[in-house]
Amino acid sequence: MSINATLIGQMITFTLLVWFTMKYVWPPIMQALEERKAKIAEGLAAAEKGQEDIKLAEKKAKKVLKEAKDEAAEIVSMAQKRANEVVEESKDNAKQEGERLLHAAQAQIEQEMSQARENLREEVTSIAMRAAEQILKSEIDKAKHQAILAKATEELG
Amino acid sequence: MSSEGAVSEGGATEYIVHHLTPLSVGEGFWALHLDTLFFSAFLGGLFIWFFKSQADKATAGVPNLTQNIAEMLVEFIDGQVKDTFHGKSELIAPMGLTIFCWVFLWNFMDLIPVDLLPSLAKVMGMEYLRVVPSTDLNGTFALSISVFFLIIFYSIKVKGVLGFAKELTCTPFGPWLMPFNFLLKVVEEIAKPISLGLRLFGNLYAGELIFILIALLPAFIQPVLSFPWAVFHILIITLQAFIFMVLTIVYMSMAHEDH
Repeated sequence: MSINATLIGQMITFTLLVWFTMKYVWPPIMQALEERKAKIAEGLAAAEKGQEDIKLAEKKAKKVLKEAKDEAAEIVSMAQKRANEVVEESKDNAKQEGERLLHAAQAQIEQEMSQARENLREEVTSIAMRAAEQILKSEIDKAKHQAILAKATEELG
Repeated sequence: MSSEGAVSEGGATEYIVHHLTPLSVGEGFWALHLDTLFFSAFLGGLFIWFFKSQADKATAGVPNLTQNIAEMLVEFIDGQVKDTFHGKSELIAPMGLTIFCWVFLWNFMDLIPVDLLPSLAKVMGMEYLRVVPSTDLNGTFALSISVFFLIIFYSIKVKGVLGFAKELTCTPFGPWLMPFNFLLKVVEEIAKPISLGLRLFGNLYAGELIFILIALLPAFIQPVLSFPWAVFHILIITLQAFIFMVLTIVYMSMAHEDH
């Protein structure tokens, strides 16, 4: 259990170890730890900022959505209005067309009626004339009674 | 078991003495304990190799397992230093790390079966081998005296020669009791390296001795005793390394404090 030169040898070894640790081991590890600390802090800050950004974006999205909804509602109401208009318009058109057709039909009917009347009158006249002719063939002088016949014809028309 | 062989050859005493005799060359003061020198240098190399390789790989990225171990130790020591020492020093924390790891590795040699390495050495032709550097007073005192020198150095550096002299002579009782103060202070300062060195030495020497004594018992009893003692020793070796480191930091911060 003697103290001897081993002590000095051990002190030299110890000094070398401490020197080496101080010079080449401690600083790089500490630096890496500091860097990691900074990096983690940065990451946390970025995450927080990201959360805030998300909140902002959500708000914005809500706003945009609301605007879009309003616009859509407006468009729908406009479309409905326009549809009503179109329906009204086509109703009017149909009514007009109907009336026009009705008028045309009425005019045609009238025309046909007057035509028929004319024909009828002529036929009646001619029948009456023929009848009268047959009746009066012998008795009536055609030339003599021309004026009367003309008057009768006039009255029939 | 070789223990029984030793007992039959020369009795228990010789076996114990054999285990506690260092492999040395030279005579008197200039004798060198080759085993202490070799194992402490080897373990120091192991410590340096591990930490240097981790320091080279150290990045701010995601650490792997070995990096985690190195960083955990570094942060642990750094925390201890920051708790105790409030100045700024390039030396104290790396020295704390060196002391903690080196002493731990020294002490760890205690957990290697007591006959394993000496038997191997015998095969290689070495008569004696004491594998635990902290059971050599030279080993523990080398550390504590180095720390003592640093205490003196920093005391003078921080407080100046006059300041340190004043602290040695004028505290704790004022300048009128100068010789008494000086005596107290010298004892206080000298007690630091001695207690530091002897505490580590005593714990590990006693632990090693008990392992040796257990090895003298019949083989079937040995595991029953050596296992719990080894488990207990896992605590002791870590605790002693930790105490040595913490006290070093405390002494160094005391040296830095100006009263």
